[in-house]
Amino acid sequence: MLHLSVTELAAELSRGAFSSVELTRACLDRIRQRNPRLNAFITVCEESALAEAAGADRARARGDTRPLLGIPLAHKDIFCTRGLPTTCGSRMLRHFLPPYDAGVVEKLREAGAVLLGKTNMDEFAMGSSNETSFFGPVCNPHDPDKVPGGSSGGSAAAVAGGLCPMATGTDTGGSIRQPASFCGITGFKPSYGRVSRWGMIAFASSLDQAGTLTRTAADAALMMQAMAGLDPRDSTSVDRPVEDYAGEAGLSLRGLRVGVPLPHFTEGLSAGVEQGVRAALGELEKAGAELIDIDLPNNYLSVPAYYVVAPAEASANLSRYDGVRYGYRCEEPKDLEDLYTRTRSEGFGEEVKRRILVGTYALSAGYYDAYYVKAQRIRRLIRQDFARAFAKVDVIAGPTSPHVAFAHGAKADPVEMYLEDIFTIAVNLAGLPAISVPAGYDRGLPFGLHIIGPDFSEARVLGIAHQFQQLTDWHLQLPRDTHLSPTPGDTHLSRNAREGVN
Amino acid sequence: MEWETVIGLEVHVQLSTRSKLFSGTSTAFGAAPNSQANIYDLAMPGTLPVLNGEALRMAVRFGLAIGAEISRKSVFDRKNYFYPDLPKGYQTSQLAFPTVGRGSIVIHLDDGSEKEIGVTRAHMEEDAGKSLHEEFATDSGIDLNRAGTPLLEIVSEPDLRSAGEAVAYLKKLHSIVRYLDISDGDMSQGSMRCDANVSIRRPGAELGTRTEIKNVNSFRFVEKAIHYEVRRQQDVLEDGGTIVQETRLYDSVRDETRPMRGKEVANDYRYFPEPDLLPVVIDEELIEQVRAELPELPDARRQRLREEFGLSDYDAGVLTASREVADYFEQTASACGDAKLAANWVSVELRGLLNRENLSIADSPISATCLAGLICRIKDGTISGKIAKTVFEHLADGEASVDEIIEKEGLRQVTDTREIENLVAQVIAENAPQAQQYRDGRQQVLGYLVGQAMKLSRGKANPAQVNQLLRDKLQP
Repeated sequence: MLHLSVTELAAELSRGAFSSVELTRACLDRIRQRNPRLNAFITVCEESALAEAAGADRARARGDTRPLLGIPLAHKDIFCTRGLPTTCGSRMLRHFLPPYDAGVVEKLREAGAVLLGKTNMDEFAMGSSNETSFFGPVCNPHDPDKVPGGSSGGSAAAVAGGLCPMATGTDTGGSIRQPASFCGITGFKPSYGRVSRWGMIAFASSLDQAGTLTRTAADAALMMQAMAGLDPRDSTSVDRPVEDYAGEAGLSLRGLRVGVPLPHFTEGLSAGVEQGVRAALGELEKAGAELIDIDLPNNYLSVPAYYVVAPAEASANLSRYDGVRYGYRCEEPKDLEDLYTRTRSEGFGEEVKRRILVGTYALSAGYYDAYYVKAQRIRRLIRQDFARAFAKVDVIAGPTSPHVAFAHGAKADPVEMYLEDIFTIAVNLAGLPAISVPAGYDRGLPFGLHIIGPDFSEARVLGIAHQFQQLTDWHLQLPRDTHLSPTPGDTHLSRNAREGVN
Repeated sequence: MEWETVIGLEVHVQLSTRSKLFSGTSTAFGAAPNSQANIYDLAMPGTLPVLNGEALRMAVRFGLAIGAEISRKSVFDRKNYFYPDLPKGYQTSQLAFPTVGRGSIVIHLDDGSEKEIGVTRAHMEEDAGKSLHEEFATDSGIDLNRAGTPLLEIVSEPDLRSAGEAVAYLKKLHSIVRYLDISDGDMSQGSMRCDANVSIRRPGAELGTRTEIKNVNSFRFVEKAIHYEVRRQQDVLEDGGTIVQETRLYDSVRDETRPMRGKEVANDYRYFPEPDLLPVVIDEELIEQVRAELPELPDARRQRLREEFGLSDYDAGVLTASREVADYFEQTASACGDAKLAANWVSVELRGLLNRENLSIADSPISATCLAGLICRIKDGTISGKIAKTVFEHLADGEASVDEIIEKEGLRQVTDTREIENLVAQVIAENAPQAQQYRDGRQQVLGYLVGQAMKLSRGKANPAQVNQLLRDKLQP
């Protein structure tokens, strides 16, 4: 059953093929078996998961038919969970137990999902390879020598490796879409403001957005249906009706104008990925879509602008980790200065410290105009680029990442690492919804097709992605080493479940 | 050669909202340490600010009251610095786009003249917590109850020219925020805190280098601190020295200002727009709503009391400095029908009583109706003004009603002509030499004789009648 999508699992649960407890137990077994290698989970809450699953089964017996009822879920460890460690991948919060749930956590709980645990991530979501986590790197289920991408690498690896059917992620510059691309799954980032940021540990407040990691676009729509909506606790969450995210699943690709961004097909894009993405676009064209070349003239400025805005906001967001009220505190501080200096030197990893320094510098007297103000100006230009493009096309589609997953340690130069997000970052700067869907393999590793829509066109983007997944089966291909496709054990379990219900 | 003093004030007013600026926590004063700090106030990860609409309305209220521009769009910024009582590591404030823009406040000077003081801006920000150093041997305690309490920082132009003007401005500001009911303005509790920027120059010259005196917590200390600082700057300049731009603290025990340590002031706050809050849009509708709710302000009331009750500008000023006093006065005046007597009694006797007992007018043991009753008894001749003071003291002690006190203490004024004739006869008999002097033309002796008669009656005789009868009897 672990190879099934959320949509399929919901159907199986509802027809009684197996129970949520059985499904949850299968996931927990799988985690026990695979996590030591993948390191996708930081925390697994077996007991509460089984209790929640039992509760879901009872609810179902009483006639509850919510689509996510009893479906196992993992949260990126950036979402605060009441009474459950929330580390953000950092030594700083290693033992932090929030007394509250994030808005996203509340919503998915209310939807009946079963929380398996918390997934590994780059420290404070700062990274594109999941190598900056205090809890060690995550391995790509397609090839453990390769990174899963980041920062939501744990969630992506967990879904791709069959440890759980769905997981949450956050995307500040590509942190959902790039790992989805590397791990061969579907990663969706909604428009800024669509999902509450309450209780989601901040990296860069004006860019951070919660989203989904699943096998299919239809699954993402199911999760989004539960997650989206106004949260009065988050002043940046938007007050507009939540669409039916499956509402455009049946849309026709005929006549759809798909913008092909020229800057995404220039240097840096690996030949294999380029070929694969062009083939994927060809599938859309065959189905009747019209491919239109578009320019995003300021795209080349997106990485530098991002690496001013995001660190600037992060430098302030991370000031609260000072050893005074909670979190890591250095041993025996001599005085206040020493408390601050050592707590933060010891509690944060290198990449986090690098970004705090960059951000602090960018905001400093005498540099603010040259960096922060200019970066904000670029941000407006990038939004304009997209607005102009969307006057001509319905969506924009291209590669998610310039290449497939790379080996651990391959990108030691931070700037090289920053260029990982060259196709995804502009989307965050503009606040748009975007998805990465599996679109092929290059040298045995998956890569994604990146589909970007205008503001709050979630249903449209999900619908197009779903149609693409009707035309292709990349999203159904599982990592080679995983034995997820119907195994004897699975069949056995399913049969038992059927018998149990009958 | 003359020196001219130039002062600008930055006044932090704590807004009396029920909850904090960005969280739902109560702002009530005096709770156990850290009992009023929720997860946002503690800066727990992932928590977010939500602007308190009540605080925003209060800021707009203030802006409208001083005729200021209200920004249609104001922006909160993060002011970054590390301090243990600042949980987020930044204070959420407003830098480039404050809610309240340029306005002005009129102050009344001792010589009876008026002066308009420019207000540059007023911006909203959150307060920090408190560090407690006394109660712990080697550590410091942090109380975050105050952290996040809304403040309005009101920045004046450098229009003030003396310590006296500064105090007048501060008192006026105090009066305005209390009239508007947006703050209790209590300086001793820190609800109103003042930083003074002080410089001196030769008249007509460019502005001199200023120093900033921080956190002075009473009107009197503001005056003393500025006096000290002006003298200090004069001494430095006259000795050929130069003023260093710095922040100084006022020490009220030694009555001097001292520089703060360099480290505490050399800060680059790295302001940038708060991304967790959208720009605050204030529409015409809100402004009009707030405008419609504006109460009568001190200056308007002062003017009205002069016109309506015929009070002197001075009396009207004294009575309208506090909204509660003005309310009390108006109640008293309309209940007794004599504004001048009411003004006198409120501004002299009642104020004296309250000062002596250290009470606010809200806690006055004598109600406005009661005082009006007393004034009525003066007017209808039941008691004299002098006796009324005795009755007033009884009232202050919490005793019964005006009439009961008059009866019980036998204070009713003697107006019976025969009784007064007897009294006058007795006085003339007992003071024959003086009576003779009066008859001989020394008019001023009459006062003495009236005094004797009043004394004999233990103050109860109607002085006007006594006066008249004495004149009649001593008619040559």
